[in-house]
Amino acid sequence: MIEIKNLMVNLGSFLLQDINLIVEKGEYFIILGPTGAGKTILLESIAGLYPIRSGEIWLDGREVTGLEPEKRGIGFVYQDYVLFPHLSVKDNLIFGLKQKGRPKRELQRVTEWLADLLEVSHLLERRPDTLSGGEKQKVALARALSVGPNVLLLDEPLSALDPQTRESVQQELRRVHQRLQLTIIHVTHDFEEAIALGDRIAVLNEGRIVQVGTPEEIFRQPNSEFVARFSMTRNIFAGDVRQEAGGSILFAVDNAEFEVVTDLRGKLHASVRPEDILVSNDPLISSARNSMKGTITSIADHGSTIHLTVSTPMDFVCMVTRHSFDEMNLTKGGEIYITFKASSVHVF
Amino acid sequence: MIAQIWRWLAKRRLTIIFLLLGTVILLFIFVPLAKTLFSSSPSLLWGTLLEGEVIRSIWLTLYTALLATALGLLLGVPLAYFLARHSFRGKRFVEALIDVPIVVPHTAAGIALLFVFGQNFVIGRAFHSIGIDFVLSVPGIVIAMLFVSVPFLIDSAKQGFEKVDERLEKVARTLGASHWQTFFRVSLPLAKGSIFGGSVMMWARGISEFGAVLVLCSYPTIAPILVYTRLEEYGLNYALPVASILIIICLVVFVGLRSFAYRKEKA
Repeated sequence: MIEIKNLMVNLGSFLLQDINLIVEKGEYFIILGPTGAGKTILLESIAGLYPIRSGEIWLDGREVTGLEPEKRGIGFVYQDYVLFPHLSVKDNLIFGLKQKGRPKRELQRVTEWLADLLEVSHLLERRPDTLSGGEKQKVALARALSVGPNVLLLDEPLSALDPQTRESVQQELRRVHQRLQLTIIHVTHDFEEAIALGDRIAVLNEGRIVQVGTPEEIFRQPNSEFVARFSMTRNIFAGDVRQEAGGSILFAVDNAEFEVVTDLRGKLHASVRPEDILVSNDPLISSARNSMKGTITSIADHGSTIHLTVSTPMDFVCMVTRHSFDEMNLTKGGEIYITFKASSVHVF
Repeated sequence: MIAQIWRWLAKRRLTIIFLLLGTVILLFIFVPLAKTLFSSSPSLLWGTLLEGEVIRSIWLTLYTALLATALGLLLGVPLAYFLARHSFRGKRFVEALIDVPIVVPHTAAGIALLFVFGQNFVIGRAFHSIGIDFVLSVPGIVIAMLFVSVPFLIDSAKQGFEKVDERLEKVARTLGASHWQTFFRVSLPLAKGSIFGGSVMMWARGISEFGAVLVLCSYPTIAPILVYTRLEEYGLNYALPVASILIIICLVVFVGLRSFAYRKEKA
């Protein structure tokens, strides 16, 4: 368990202040905030890599505030990997154990275990600068795990990766977390990443924690503009992904469901962008797999575009231009059809 | 045809003019060195090299410059690391101070050193009491070389450390490495190219030092001073072979170390 009490850190141009957090043992905890909110510095302060102004940091009931970083047992992974460029992948992995003077046999055993866990056995003799982004991040993760940390701090670990690699490294993080029962604090500016991975999320804005809660709590009742703006511009649903006998893949929310395209299964989230939803007065015959009838429950004027909330009874926010809005004679309480492609649903 | 050539040239005016100007300065560097080297016959050079006085002075120059460089490494690299990792009020002043020996006339530097390390000042007396004298002695040559050449090493090492991502050191700490282990296993190996390059520059600068050494220690005689005294006492013909040998040694050492450093960088 990690406990942060009244932490205050000077970032030069502004302060991180009143930071109070409790992260339970084995929890995957996300700190979500916009770029420049001081997320990296917050992590470095927890690891003892950045001087704090006041406050306390407790790890498993032991105060570590004044402790040297090497004595805290906290692993750290940076966004852009920060592998030792003068060492091979293998030497990167055993760096920590070597400094601690562990016997050769143990180095060998840990290398094999890590290489196996993160599937990097074929990279062991390579130099870091010959690896791809995803490979580097796996090595960085393995290196952090090599010394058996109590807590793992991840600083935007997926942000430097291309979308496909990001997906696979995200799976990897989830798997490693479950397998090793690690306590993880992961900072990100990516809302979907936060929802997909976090057991709980803390929202950091302008140097303060403005909200802590489960992913559902955060996107259902956001109390910061940063999150609200995001959840308003996405239709986010929590539900189950399963495959029908006919082969189509369904995302089920409460008593309703729609078709999606994904390889993932189980309890997940889905989002549809408002601009990807077609609105029509009559049922639409098209290749789009999802079409449903609904009632307009609210109309929000955004100037050249209009946001409609359509209850099917699932609430979808749809975007139409002012021109279409006028031509279609849309009114509150009116009945319309909404249509979107299975492939415009993002499952995470 | 002529019009075509003219157009071809006109399009490349800047490149051609810069190349011409560059050739002038290259010749300015190359011709005097080459002329000196080829003015003495190989047998004369060989004969000169076998003279006791010449061989002693060259050996003296090489190893005093090496001692100065070793001292520079011991005292300068820590300072370079400190400057690369900390910012504080007055840092710019400290950095400017380090470069002062490059800009003051070296005879003046020699006099300044004489003043402090001579036996009229407390530092000179302190060293005298443990048996080290700086006037007319090898330690005098070493400190004169150290004074005028250490800025090259400090500056180069500092740049090397600045290029090492500080987060590499931070990661090393979270992996359980102490401050010392982090320095010796991460920072130093990654900056070693710059430190080596700076050491070569410092050594070369030490070998070529004349003014400061002359003030502090005209005897035992280092090679640059030997060239000068031969010129003064016996004339150009006697100074020339010694000068040639000195140039050859410097070239061999410099080219050798440079290519060694280059190969290491590529590896």
